[in-house]
Amino acid sequence: MIPAAFDYVAPTSVEAALAALAQYGDEAKIIAGGQSLLPVLRMRLNAPEWIIDLGKIESLRGIRDDGDAIVIGAMTPHSVVGSDSLVAEHAALISKAVEHLADAQVRHRGTFGGALAHADPAGDLGAPALALGAQFVIAGSGGTRTVAADDFFVDLFETAIGEDEILTEVRIPKHTGWGACYEKFVRVAHQWPIVAVAATVKVDGGTISEARVGLTNMGSTPLRARAVEEALAGQSLSEDVVRAAAEKAADGANPPSDLNGDADYRRHLATVLTRRAVVAATGG
Amino acid sequence: MTATQERPADEVEREIGRDRRRKEDQRLITGRTRWTDNITLPGMLHLAMVRSPFAHATITSIDTTAAKASTNVVAVLTGADFGDELGVCINAWAITTDQVTPTHSPMPSDRVSFAGEIVAVVVARTAAEARDAAELVDVEYDELPAALDLKQAAADEVLAHPDLGTNKSALWVFDSGEAGTGGNVEDAIAKARTDGIVIEREYRQQRLIPAFMEPRSVVVDPTGEQNTMWSATQIPHIVRFALAATTGVPESKIRVVAPDVGGGFGGKLQVTPEEWIAWAVGRRLGKPVKYTETRSESLLSAHHGRDQWQKLTLAAEKDGSVTGFKVELLADLGAYVAIVGGGVPVLGAFMFNSIYKFPAYHFACQTVLTNKTWTDAYRGAGRPEATYAIERIMDELAAEVGVDPLAIREKNWITHEEFPFTTVAGLEYDSGNYEAATARAKEMFGYDELRAEQMARRASGDTVQLGIGVSTFTEMCGLAPSRVLGQLNYGAGGWEHASVRMLATGKVEVITGASAHGQGHETAFSQIVADRLGVAFDDVEVLHGDTQVSHKGLDTYGSRSLVVGGEALVRAVDKVIEKARPIAAHLLEASVDDLEYSGGRFSVKGTDQGLAIGEIATAVFTAHNLPDDVEPSIDAEATYDPINFNYPHGTHLCAMEVDTETGAVKMRKYVCCDDIGNIINPLIVAGQVHGGLVQGIAQALWEEAVYDDAGTLVSGSFVDYLLPTAADTISFDVDHTTSPSTTNTLGTKGVGEAGTIASTPAVVNAVVDAVRHLGVNDIQMPCTPERVWKAINGPGSGGATEGAAMPHFESGGAAGNQEQPGTSSTEGAGA
Repeated sequence: MIPAAFDYVAPTSVEAALAALAQYGDEAKIIAGGQSLLPVLRMRLNAPEWIIDLGKIESLRGIRDDGDAIVIGAMTPHSVVGSDSLVAEHAALISKAVEHLADAQVRHRGTFGGALAHADPAGDLGAPALALGAQFVIAGSGGTRTVAADDFFVDLFETAIGEDEILTEVRIPKHTGWGACYEKFVRVAHQWPIVAVAATVKVDGGTISEARVGLTNMGSTPLRARAVEEALAGQSLSEDVVRAAAEKAADGANPPSDLNGDADYRRHLATVLTRRAVVAATGG
Repeated sequence: MTATQERPADEVEREIGRDRRRKEDQRLITGRTRWTDNITLPGMLHLAMVRSPFAHATITSIDTTAAKASTNVVAVLTGADFGDELGVCINAWAITTDQVTPTHSPMPSDRVSFAGEIVAVVVARTAAEARDAAELVDVEYDELPAALDLKQAAADEVLAHPDLGTNKSALWVFDSGEAGTGGNVEDAIAKARTDGIVIEREYRQQRLIPAFMEPRSVVVDPTGEQNTMWSATQIPHIVRFALAATTGVPESKIRVVAPDVGGGFGGKLQVTPEEWIAWAVGRRLGKPVKYTETRSESLLSAHHGRDQWQKLTLAAEKDGSVTGFKVELLADLGAYVAIVGGGVPVLGAFMFNSIYKFPAYHFACQTVLTNKTWTDAYRGAGRPEATYAIERIMDELAAEVGVDPLAIREKNWITHEEFPFTTVAGLEYDSGNYEAATARAKEMFGYDELRAEQMARRASGDTVQLGIGVSTFTEMCGLAPSRVLGQLNYGAGGWEHASVRMLATGKVEVITGASAHGQGHETAFSQIVADRLGVAFDDVEVLHGDTQVSHKGLDTYGSRSLVVGGEALVRAVDKVIEKARPIAAHLLEASVDDLEYSGGRFSVKGTDQGLAIGEIATAVFTAHNLPDDVEPSIDAEATYDPINFNYPHGTHLCAMEVDTETGAVKMRKYVCCDDIGNIINPLIVAGQVHGGLVQGIAQALWEEAVYDDAGTLVSGSFVDYLLPTAADTISFDVDHTTSPSTTNTLGTKGVGEAGTIASTPAVVNAVVDAVRHLGVNDIQMPCTPERVWKAINGPGSGGATEGAAMPHFESGGAAGNQEQPGTSSTEGAGA
């Protein structure tokens, strides 16, 4: 289908992009890979006057080591993130989640920051970012600010990014040596997950020293399964411990009901998938 | 002398049976070919449709002022702007003489009957400008109560068309007692209730969307003496007839072309509102026009398939010998009776008894009008529904008797010595060997080993359980003997036409009335002609789909092209040879009786003298030296009306793993051994079987068109209407046994629908088999993980699919009049 007519600008710096955003305001939409925005435009669900394309801003691409964190530029394509050795070593949960994100074409076009900023609770990156305690670096006319993952996701398609701001990079604290598993439940391969569980666990000498568990599509935002994390922390690793902890996976969640399953089924899935994810993340 | 490659008889490699690569694929796959949307004519205008968002509503006003003022808009037209020249979309098969059939205007001016119905058309200089202006057409509606649920609609509580007074369109009944083809089914059931087994089930055939790859597209050129329509259709000949019959334009003034067409699966076996509107607009404006639908429009408004409730009663003796089968169907027509319409379930009426020797059979189908997208043929059309019902309930009978599902089938099936066999539905099956196909399938499958694994998993209480599903199917295809269609009150015959043109250079043009849309006719028909006529494969050109070239034909559907169209072609080729014979005798100065024809050559017996058919074609072209009273042509044509349907069969075995914790299902192994008679091209057959299997498996596991309580199509995009990709399927093990058909020269049987017809019950039987020991005896299709899990953990078959689509795209405020499909709520009705 043909989108409604729009004007297009592709700035080459963050400053220029912010200026364009300030100039066009409500009339503008940012495109950061376009894997969600283009369908919206083509189905005429939205008709912005201006499209601001971040694709030509080189400084937004790339992955770097920054001491206790790795930093992923917002415009880095999923395919690059998925094959990056720094990410694999220090944030294995991200690598695992990207592996089965959408399909190969989307992974080459879609971007890490674009997907997170879109804030689809069924998106594959929110739960891992949350579990890893990612920091979101957001640029605005007054400079940059950093928002913690817990504060970044506000609601369905809504984040802490202001209307005059741009997400520039995501800092992922290093979780070197942590086991990781992204357990994604779909009916067909290219589907958004019905539920997915992102688990990363640190095991020292048979004891779970720390566990982080994020949930995909169990509410209007990605969620942390804190009750599971608390139940695991400090326990000796055993199937019974993991099983009992996983039973708490849906505590506090408010999952949607849709064609692929009602809320109760999703709650049940969350417990099974959490158990499996934690077992896999601990080498089981 | 000629450009033809001569093929001496002793060097001829038979073309039939060769796995020729398809000659049409290079251009079809690259898209550098004549798809309808690729056609651009001088001065062509573009159309965009304005569609109703409501399932049932009165149109109170349509304000086109703003749209007309939009950039480069040429016209905005509504139903009220047209008179009779708009024509109507026809139903060609009133299944009963008292069928209730609402008039189907391509663009109603007073009332809309389903969400997606066209209420106005915008004509502009570009497609984008037409689309922009369509957003500006302001339509006011008064919503009416909508008949949505099939069972409720059958009770006439809410009327889909209030003026008709009922939603019940037609009740079609076949009873073997009354027909004299068998006993009385009620007697059989009554007896079984006292001393036998009665299995009663109700199965759901969910609504499906054909989802062909190329969206529908139509171009109309009203300039010239013949007005031309190019359309992405399966049925150019029928479209031409229907245009003439309903718009008042003489048939001789109409040319319809189906250029390259990208799939159909029955979904392009239709006369569509879009075609009729484009025709009327083009003629009204006197300019070429084009309309190409969006994928969203295609899913919403191109006809859907299946959508039945099947109430089944099977009577058997205690040992599992079936004594009677009673079938009561409710079939959802949607808002209108489409071109085949109620005929689709009727095509299944003769197939519920399948490969079995049932003594008594009763079939009744009530077709019902609702305020949803109209339904019609979808790959298999009637026969998948029948096969599903019988093959599911035979598994239930096996479970009740306590024997292997294959044993219960063997007890009841027709043995190979019994062919030809007249069934309880009155059909004569010409050939088949169910024992051989089943034996081969079991061997390929490793049946006994998988059964042993299943037992071991059950015994250990494995989280992942294994199930084995059986489907021993047959189908009637090769539509169809005209006299049978006449008895069924169908509006046309079932013959097919072919002609062969022998060109001066020795090349051969073959024209078929079948209309390929991806099947590989060009290749397979070239192979037939190459063998039969003895010319090179590459010297044969197959033409089709243009009523100006292929003036007679009944097109492609119902696995008919090869078994009907191929037979017409064989007969036309034979006529060419017979027309050439006296000319060859004359040129060789021999007696006709001394000539033999082989490898493309007439030879004089006992000599080395001879003439190739291409040389005769050249001699006929010059016509310098022909016998007296012989016309200078060896071209020939033939029209063939089949004497019977065609009955491919096969045994399909499927192993499914079910994760009992999540309800997730995973295919482990799929084996099929189909008997489709003689095979022209094994590669094309493999493609048909593989594609057909996936389509049938998709009904079992993934696809479902879902409407919400307001009559909005919730699964209105491929986000929510789940089509599998290669990533979701496994490699299938395919083989064939061969019982040549006795009713056509080539001994072929149809294969286009076989995989789809057979696979659905094999998969569901396997899923149910995996969890039957947990108290499950049915899971409604598609067998979603949620349904499987609910069936394991509670009563019932998992319930209906409810709820809204998953929202993944944020809707903005300036989106115009197009609602995002199915995002009215994220808190589903089923919660």
